[in-house]
Amino acid sequence: MSHWTNLKRTVSVRSWLQKFGAGCLDIFEGAGGIALLFKEACVLLASKKIRWKATLDQMNKIGVQSLPLVFLTAFFTGMVLALQSAYQLKLFSAEQFTSDLISVSLCRELGPVLTSMVVAGRVGASIAAELGTMKVTEQIDALKALATNPVQYLVIPRFIAALFMLFLLTMYADVIGMFGGYLISVFKLGMSSHMYIKRGIDALVVKDVVTGLIKAFFFGGIISIVGCYFGFTARGGAEGVGRATTLAVVVSLIMVIASDALFSAIFYFF
Amino acid sequence: MIQIQNIHKWFGTQHVLRGVDLTIKEGETVVIIGRSGCGKSVLLKHIMAILEPDEGDIKIDGHSMFSMLPDEQDQCRLQLGMLFQGAALFDSLTVLENVGFSLFEHTNLSEEVISQKVLEKLRMVGLMGIEDLMPASLSGGMKKRVGLARAICNEPKIILYDEPTTGLDPINADVINELILSMQKQLKVVSIVVTHDMTSAYKVADRIAMLYEGRIIGIGTPDEIRNSSDPIIQQFITGSARGPITDKQQKETESL
Repeated sequence: MSHWTNLKRTVSVRSWLQKFGAGCLDIFEGAGGIALLFKEACVLLASKKIRWKATLDQMNKIGVQSLPLVFLTAFFTGMVLALQSAYQLKLFSAEQFTSDLISVSLCRELGPVLTSMVVAGRVGASIAAELGTMKVTEQIDALKALATNPVQYLVIPRFIAALFMLFLLTMYADVIGMFGGYLISVFKLGMSSHMYIKRGIDALVVKDVVTGLIKAFFFGGIISIVGCYFGFTARGGAEGVGRATTLAVVVSLIMVIASDALFSAIFYFF
Repeated sequence: MIQIQNIHKWFGTQHVLRGVDLTIKEGETVVIIGRSGCGKSVLLKHIMAILEPDEGDIKIDGHSMFSMLPDEQDQCRLQLGMLFQGAALFDSLTVLENVGFSLFEHTNLSEEVISQKVLEKLRMVGLMGIEDLMPASLSGGMKKRVGLARAICNEPKIILYDEPTTGLDPINADVINELILSMQKQLKVVSIVVTHDMTSAYKVADRIAMLYEGRIIGIGTPDEIRNSSDPIIQQFITGSARGPITDKQQKETESL
C-alpha cells in the first residue's frame, strides 16, 4: 500500500514538473517570438518602403475609431478622480489642490495607461483575431506564396499606426480627463472655473507631459506587436483564434503595466 | 526541373516527412496521393519555401531556395503559383485585387493593364463579371477557380495545387480537373497536384506518387499505380477499410 502511495506521489510530482516546464517553455518562446518580430519590424521599417495607404487605414481603425471609447474612459476617470481626491483633500482643507492632482496624475500616469488598456482591449484583440483568422485560413501562407513579406504587408502598417495613434489618443485622454474633473470641481465642489484651469496648468511641468507621451508611444508599439505575434502564431481553427485573441489582450495588458512600472522608475531617477 | 532530395520535417515531436525524394521533369503533371494528414500539403509548402526543411534540399532549375536571401526567394516564388486548399483568398480585397495581387505588388503596370490581365485569367477559369465582388460572396467552387486565376496570374512555370477538388461537388470537381488539364496544355507548365481524390488523380496525372509515413513508397504512371502489387497502394487506391494501412494503425492504437 505504502509503495503504491509513494508511486502516486512521484507520478504527480513528475506531471506537475512537466506542466511547469512546458509553461516556462511557452513563456520564453513567446517572449523570444515577440522580440524577434519587433526586431524584424524595425529592420523592415528602416529598409523597405512604407505602405501609406494601409497605414492610414489602420490609423483610422486604431485611432479614430477608438475616440469614443477613450473619451468615455478618460471623461469618467477625470470625474471620479475629482470626487475621490476632493473627499480625501477635504480632511486637510486642501480642496483647491484637486485640480493639481488631476492634471498631474492624468498626464503622468492615468492618461497613457488607461488609454493603452482600453486600446489593448479593443485594438489588440481585433489585430490578433484578424491576423489569426488569416493564419488559420492560409492567407498568410498565400501572401508568402505571392512573394510578399507578411510582416511588411500586415505588421508594419499596424505598428506605425499604433505608435502614433496611442500618442495622439493619450493627449486627447489627458484633455478629456481634465475636462471631466473640471465639470465636477466647478459644478459640484464649487471651485471657480478660472482657478481650476490656472492651478491645473501651473501644476504641470514639461516633464510630466513628455514622460506620459513617451510611455504612450511605447505602449502603442507593445500592443501592436503583441497582437500581431499572437495572430501569426494562431493555429487550429476558431478555437485557436479565440485563444490567440485572449492571449494577445492578456499579454499586452501585463506588458503595458510592467513596462509602465519600469518607465516610472526610470523617469523617477532621471 | 524540380529535385526534392531527402526532405525531413519535424513538428514538435512529430516526424512528418521522413526523407522524401522526388524528381519532376519539365512539362509534367505529378499527382501526390496519400491519406489526410500524411504531410502532402507540408511537402507542397516546402516546394514554395513557405516552410523550411529540417534536413534535405529542394532544387528548382538547379537552385535551392533555402540558401537564398529573402528578396531573391521572393523573385523565385514569382515563378511558382499555388492554389491553396481553401483557396486562401484575401477577404479584405475584391476578386480583382486578389487575382492581380502579385501584379499590383511587384510590377509597375498601370491599373488598366492589370485589370485587363486579370479579366483574361478569370475568363480562362470560366468566370466573368465577378471582379468587383468580395470573396465572402462567392461559392466554394468559384473561390477555388478565383484562387487558380490568382495562381496563374503571374504566368508561373510551376503550379502547385493543394487538394483542388476537395469539398466540391463531382461536377465542379471535374470542372477543376479540366482546368488543370487545360492549364497544362495552354501554359505548358509543371504541375504538382496533391489530392486524395483518385478520380481526379487518374484524370490529370502523368505520374502518380504515393506518400505514406513521410516517404514516397511508390511512383509511376496511372496504369502502373493501378496495377501496383504493393498492398499499401492497393488499399489506398481501392479505398478499402481493411488492409495493411489500417492494420498497422490499429496495432499502434492497441499498443498505446
